[in-house]
Amino acid sequence: MGNNVSGFKIIYRKEVRIMTKPQTISVTAPAEEEFPKEKYDELEQFIDGMETTKGALIEILHKAQGIFGYLPRDVQLFIARKLGIPGAEVFGVVSFYSYFTTKPRGKHTISVCMGTACYVRGADKILEKMKEKLGIESNEITEDGLFTLKDVRCIGACGLAPVVMVDDKVFGRVKVEEVDDILNQYRK
Amino acid sequence: MQIKSLEELRKIKEDYKDKVKLRSQNEEAGDHTEILVGMATCGISSGARETFQAFVEELSKEKMDDTKVITVGCVGYCHSEPTVQVIIKGQKPVLYGNVKKERVHEIIEKHIKGGQPVERLILSTDFETI
Amino acid sequence: MEKMRMNVLICSGTGCMASESEKVIKNLEAIIKARGFANEVEVVKTGCFGFCEQGPIVKIEPDNVFYVRVGPKDAKEIVDEHIVKGRRVERLLYKDPKENKPISRQEDMQFYKKQLRVALRNCGFINPEDIYEYIAAGGYEALGKALLEMTRDEVIEEIKASGLRGRGGGGFPTGLKWEITKKQESEVKFIICNADEGDPGAFMDRSILEGDPHSVIEAMAIGAYAIGADKGIIYIRAEYPLAISRLTTALKQAREAGLLGKRIFDTDFNFDIDIKYGAGAFVCGEETALINSCEGKRGEPNYKPPYPAQEGYWGHPTCVNNVETFANIPVIITKGAQWFASIGTEKSKGTKVFALAGKINNVGLVEVPMGVTLREIIYGIGGGIQGGRKFKAIQTGGPSGGVLTEKDLDAQIDYDSLLAVGSMMGSGGMIVMDETDNMVDIAKFYLEFTMDESCGRCTPCRIGTKRMYELLNKITSKKGTMADIDALKQLAYMIKDGSLCGLGQTAPNPVISTMKHFWNEYMDIIKDVDHPQGEGRYVPKNKIGMKS
Repeated sequence: MGNNVSGFKIIYRKEVRIMTKPQTISVTAPAEEEFPKEKYDELEQFIDGMETTKGALIEILHKAQGIFGYLPRDVQLFIARKLGIPGAEVFGVVSFYSYFTTKPRGKHTISVCMGTACYVRGADKILEKMKEKLGIESNEITEDGLFTLKDVRCIGACGLAPVVMVDDKVFGRVKVEEVDDILNQYRK
Repeated sequence: MQIKSLEELRKIKEDYKDKVKLRSQNEEAGDHTEILVGMATCGISSGARETFQAFVEELSKEKMDDTKVITVGCVGYCHSEPTVQVIIKGQKPVLYGNVKKERVHEIIEKHIKGGQPVERLILSTDFETI
Repeated sequence: MEKMRMNVLICSGTGCMASESEKVIKNLEAIIKARGFANEVEVVKTGCFGFCEQGPIVKIEPDNVFYVRVGPKDAKEIVDEHIVKGRRVERLLYKDPKENKPISRQEDMQFYKKQLRVALRNCGFINPEDIYEYIAAGGYEALGKALLEMTRDEVIEEIKASGLRGRGGGGFPTGLKWEITKKQESEVKFIICNADEGDPGAFMDRSILEGDPHSVIEAMAIGAYAIGADKGIIYIRAEYPLAISRLTTALKQAREAGLLGKRIFDTDFNFDIDIKYGAGAFVCGEETALINSCEGKRGEPNYKPPYPAQEGYWGHPTCVNNVETFANIPVIITKGAQWFASIGTEKSKGTKVFALAGKINNVGLVEVPMGVTLREIIYGIGGGIQGGRKFKAIQTGGPSGGVLTEKDLDAQIDYDSLLAVGSMMGSGGMIVMDETDNMVDIAKFYLEFTMDESCGRCTPCRIGTKRMYELLNKITSKKGTMADIDALKQLAYMIKDGSLCGLGQTAPNPVISTMKHFWNEYMDIIKDVDHPQGEGRYVPKNKIGMKS
């Protein structure tokens, strides 16, 4: 038995793993379309433009996250089909790396640095205050869709510890009392 | 241009040497004044970009064309970012710390125009480079 | 007290006492007295000059002359020549290891400048986006020299002779790694630069890439030539956008200048570099995990052997070195192995960059010769503890290292001494903690980090760190008992012994070392302290792999 179920010999498709060229088959965008077709087109163009897709999954995911903002199931499956690899493999990589996210992001991303330097200067208290003020946990989005809260590892501004970053703007030497002021700047 | 031999490399080195010679810790000659702004992540997040911009704006307003503003990496003094080095011909380079954009005017007026370093902002360097 | 004409300062720190400074003091006093100078010249015992390697140290004030390695027999000459006749004793002066010329003034000594910048030599002095500035600072000369004037073996010999060891934390000799990779018979080889700086609180690699990207590119080309690779990869964290953009610019400029690409320096050597992005996984600093990630897969480590030098990127021999290691290479080639080996200690050569952070006045990047003490870094360069509070501990080696306390502050900083006192060099993060920090919380913080970052491949690390974290949580919320402490200890050793890669093997270190140094802080929050020695009532049900 085993490999010989009902007379058919199962051939393991080894070539799938060494596929080096983007697939020529047409891949249709998912049925439940949340994103405009242009976004999928942009991603498809990027993949088609690659010399080889061997070992390029992470690069493609970076690009996809850049286009879509996050990596929902449909986008992951789209990439899997395009590369001719199992969806599980794509999901395996997406879930492994903390940089990739499968949840949509708020309008502003608040990153509280939890590197060691910030931690010993009280970053944990800042994070707690943020959670309390926003009513969410880390990696969640507020109800109004305005903020996503993240705790990140060291953004390298240790001289200013503790540090909070909202989108690209860095707030240094943050005190717990200042949390409200920071949030209000983005709440207009 | 393609560099194909050590001679060509050394020629480029000669041509450009004056450009960086000024910055060694001694009082070598150069023909212009340089302002090096530390623009690594830590510097930028403390406002180095605004400082850089302020230097460029003020210098062009004052028509001080012989003074150049240059982007450099991190000198390691994270506690006093943004850091700025002012290098004037015939003088020892001066390293300033905590140069917020509000302090740019003072440095240009007192140090670059007036030749008097702004003592309270000076950081002492405690390292040696090879 | 009479005003003395001259003071003879002599170091009576532990290091110098061990090298007979006591006898030197006796001799000096006796001879000064015999010459009739006892009323004018005073011998003063001082604390450590921090230069124990050259001890015993004698300093003459107000002349500001500094003598090193002064033996008891030298006392007579110092008194007769210097104090009586006013002439310096040349042979006892400290010789600058770089130029081999005697130096008498303490301020001129390389050591007392404290910092010596080798890897950071150009950071903050050249425009990182202008290749000509790098060339003007002597850049790419090492590559030219290697390609045109040295054989591949000579390059490897030079690096081996320099004593350079991996700066990513492991400390494996770089020359040896290159030699092993070179010896592999393979048409295709790779050289990879590990720029996945995951240790929270360490940012020296980022600073090098942002401030001097060409030094890394040049060094990778030299390495590629030595091992016989024609393709390089820089694996960099996606969280470093500025470093990525500066690197991309630098690569483009190097290609335009013909310093990357075909027939570099008109030789048969072809080489180019690709950038691959990490995506936030601490374990990818481990070389086999890094290679998996470069291949676009989950960054889980593999069992070694085979080592990457044998079977690495897509199965080809691959040499993985860290950014700071690479930054040292061009200087070694231009200045010579001997020069490099003259800096540092016997087994750890050169300098090391540290990211100094936490409760210290001068937070920043420092580069010091190997062999300086932690005390020098904290109180000298670092300017002491913030707010005048008391120093409590310093964590080196990030989440893989351990804490060091006051008593270890005079330990020399090098790979072996730090291991001997129970921490490690690591990639170079140094976090200073003061008396207000609770060490159990710190241990919990680090454990939370490794728990999050455990890749899940092997059970001891995946489940063990989680259980340890739960125990610590219970303890810090004051519900812990001695049984929990025992379980924590046993788990710690089990994870250490049973894990596949360095991340797991070192994950319990913060717990083990805080338990060792700050046992009381654990005991303060334990409910039943009937067993103060930590030998509680807890009897493990399963003894497999137990060791405590």
